[in-house]
Amino acid sequence: MPAGPRFLSEKARVTMGNNLAIEMIGITKAFGTKVVANKNVNMDLREGEILALLGENGSGKTTLMNMIAGIYAPDSGRILVRGEEVVIKSPIDAFDHHIGMIHQHFKLVDIFTAADNILLGDRKGPMILRKDRVKKLQAEVDRYGFNIDLSRKIYDMSVSEKQTVEIIKVLYRGADILILDEPTAVLTPQEIDKLFSVLRRMRDEGKSIIIITHKLNEVMAISDRVCVLRKGEHVATVETASTTERELTDMMVGQKIDLNINREEPEHPIPRLMIRDLSVVNKEGLTVVDGVSFDVCGGEILGIAGISGNGQKELLEGIAGLQPKSGGDVIFRNPKENKPVTFYHKDLKQIRAMAARGFFHDPEGNPVDLTGKSSKEIARLVNEEQILFYEDEIIDLKDKSPREIQELGIKLSFVPEDRLNMGLVGSMSIVDNMMLRSYRKGRSMFVNRKKPKQLADEIIHDLEVVTPSDMVPVRRLSGGNVQKVLVGREISSSPKVLMAAYPVRGLDINSSYTIYNLLNAQKKRNVAVVYVGEDLDVLLALCDRILVLCGGRVSGIVDARKITKEELGLMMTKVPDEIPVYTYDNLREEDEAHEN
Amino acid sequence: MKTNARHVREPLIHLTRRMNVPTWFAWAVRVGAFAISMLVCCLVSCLLSDKVNPGFFFKYLFEGAFGSGMLIMSLLRDTAMYLLLALAVTPCFEMRYWNIGGEGQAMMGALGCALVIVLTTGRLPVWGTIVLSLAAALLLAVLWAVIPALFKAKWNTNETLLTLMFNYIAICLGGFLIKKVAPMGTGILNFESGTLASLIGSDAVKSIVIIATAVVVTVVMFVYQKYSKHGYEISVVGQAPNTARYIGINTRKVIVRTLLLCGLLGGIAGFLLVSVKDASFLSDSTAESTVAGRGFTAVLISWLAHFNPLAMALTSLLVVFITRGANQVGNMARLGNSYAGMMVGIFFFFIIATEFFINFKIRFRSHADAIRGGEETK
Repeated sequence: MPAGPRFLSEKARVTMGNNLAIEMIGITKAFGTKVVANKNVNMDLREGEILALLGENGSGKTTLMNMIAGIYAPDSGRILVRGEEVVIKSPIDAFDHHIGMIHQHFKLVDIFTAADNILLGDRKGPMILRKDRVKKLQAEVDRYGFNIDLSRKIYDMSVSEKQTVEIIKVLYRGADILILDEPTAVLTPQEIDKLFSVLRRMRDEGKSIIIITHKLNEVMAISDRVCVLRKGEHVATVETASTTERELTDMMVGQKIDLNINREEPEHPIPRLMIRDLSVVNKEGLTVVDGVSFDVCGGEILGIAGISGNGQKELLEGIAGLQPKSGGDVIFRNPKENKPVTFYHKDLKQIRAMAARGFFHDPEGNPVDLTGKSSKEIARLVNEEQILFYEDEIIDLKDKSPREIQELGIKLSFVPEDRLNMGLVGSMSIVDNMMLRSYRKGRSMFVNRKKPKQLADEIIHDLEVVTPSDMVPVRRLSGGNVQKVLVGREISSSPKVLMAAYPVRGLDINSSYTIYNLLNAQKKRNVAVVYVGEDLDVLLALCDRILVLCGGRVSGIVDARKITKEELGLMMTKVPDEIPVYTYDNLREEDEAHEN
Repeated sequence: MKTNARHVREPLIHLTRRMNVPTWFAWAVRVGAFAISMLVCCLVSCLLSDKVNPGFFFKYLFEGAFGSGMLIMSLLRDTAMYLLLALAVTPCFEMRYWNIGGEGQAMMGALGCALVIVLTTGRLPVWGTIVLSLAAALLLAVLWAVIPALFKAKWNTNETLLTLMFNYIAICLGGFLIKKVAPMGTGILNFESGTLASLIGSDAVKSIVIIATAVVVTVVMFVYQKYSKHGYEISVVGQAPNTARYIGINTRKVIVRTLLLCGLLGGIAGFLLVSVKDASFLSDSTAESTVAGRGFTAVLISWLAHFNPLAMALTSLLVVFITRGANQVGNMARLGNSYAGMMVGIFFFFIIATEFFINFKIRFRSHADAIRGGEETK
């Protein structure tokens, strides 16, 4: 090896496009007996091209790439690098084949400088660090066009700069096949443009690049070819120039499957939870939920669709009081009978719609008719407390902690995504986990396990939880049984709102159907159910309405009975110019129009 | 056809985690490890001195620990002391708050107690001094436990380092008190009056007071851990911090409250050491102080017992048995002061190793596998 950074080897390829850098043939990888992450996948990467690897969550993109990077070994199948069959046992092997992967979560030492991180683990360099090494490296990096100061510490760097360091690191180690796992997920649009120009330049230098993504516009912008995976299987590999976003979506989501989930029309859907312009900023300062507004009605299941990491988790945790909100309102209508409230909400459209449904009455008890009244008049009536309704108590949950929400008597149940880390305590028994919501009740210093035990036994019996006893730590149970325990507990408090994040993730078919039935039973009880899911077939078959999130924004609220899978897929990858909002009021207006 | 298995050579050692370890198996491993550790202790002792042979070793080991009624009483008293200190760090361990400052907390308790005795003896009736010294012991020990907890709750500082350093501050503060007050050259404060010991007199009764306190505290802590709402919150905060957030437990409050409890227990231990057991106060280094490193050993005891108070009693008993027995062996064979420490070290080495063997299964690459691998390469 000549001295100096190796990524500058002047071997820009002239013969581009025909030689294969990587060929994967019949790759299968399973985790345990149930989960098959990749099934007989064929993929090839040409030299000097950018290949986009496209697919939904859980379609096996990252697993496939990890097998090239030496993190996993395939169960069967062959990997060829530059036409030669190889076995990649470890990341070191991958480097020996000049393959470098840039992971979604950076693997950098925070308190080291960028240069130290790049030089770290350089097995071929001298043992003793040379004083001028940073200067030399910096000069090379500058010449290559990276705009970065290598003497800065990683903790001082922005996400985009850290990513640049990762890229330089793999280049320095001599990689000419680069794999980037969702590199744009953490970047701003300007940073994405910068990254893409770097990638293009590298391609022109002869590097072969795979970029894992699920954003169609980026696929179209950067890639030469696209390889689409669906549910662990290879669908097709096409030239980007000869395809369209629509076509790619169809390949990504596949044919609609009829699931036969029983779904009834919602009866008297009344908004129970009203979210207005909600924003959540995460620890890194990125806006992860961006001005989201929607209603969830009692008696409906509102599905939330979106590629994971598009704000679903933060939205739900924000509503449940687990994430600080940077703006907007979370309003809860607590059903209370015969409690007159004179002020409802400044949303006049909402007031008009609700008056039309006969919810309001004047001080004499006669129904209020707002048809033909101007907004000004309605505002006056509201201000003069002429519009009353008996129904609900309006509570703003925006600044409430989970405990305050519970103490207000608001029956908001939440089934979080990561069951054993949030929601349950894995090392505790089923009985003790039942107590989590109720143990504070009463003045006694001691916990009373009598009622939790009854509840645990009821849930074990009713939901057919498979367990040797109610004293078994829940982490010993299988995924489906853990979920039954959690959902069972959350439902047992007769909630008014039930939010469930990926409640069937990792569950087998039968357990999944148990969960669907439980959610449907809650819907029938007039509970407002929110279901965050990743399987579009389930969302289409189970939900009444579907809200689609993309990049933390609402890209539409649609009728689950009418929308197609492809339309959903498109909305998931791109916010449309005109955002559709489907409500039951629309439905009503349509009906009325029809009658007239 | 080429397959991937071809190049992959099986590693020499395979470690697999055992699932559902039966209780009898765990105990068999532990008893076995104890037996082996005793044999190794014996072997090392025989190598150290010509006087020692296995018969000599075991004779004096048991004689030193159980030789007479008095010795048995002292054995139980020392066990009670270790148990108390181990209980004082257990609640925070349950919370995954690694307070290794039990030594310092007990030291501050002892210091508070000593300080009050120095200041009030002769000016107050004995009972007044005793009550005040207990109050001071509790107060200072709680302070020493709660300060790092506040830092943790407020700024999420690392409690391990802070509590460790607090130990040394406590010992230095004790040394300062002795420098100021103790008679020149003695380096120790002896209390003729103002202590519970001065009222009790008999050594046997003193031991019984300590043992009884330890028994009461053990029962109380067992109930607290298992049946109280506080104990339940501690487990939730320790084992699933996100779930604690999810159900609205105020984690900061739980941390501070639990450390307050730990401090109280540490204070009781400090008080018992000064006012009942020794009727003196000594603070020179970790090894030569009133607490004498018991606070550190207590951390190990609590861990080895998996935070179970009953198992802690047993572990404490074993530690004290080896210490006292080995002291006797050392005295008889003139093996020096650090001999007993060595023996305890050997014991801990084996007992800690059992955790590994209980949790993991070791399989070596079998000969057959190696041959098969070889055939495939051909």
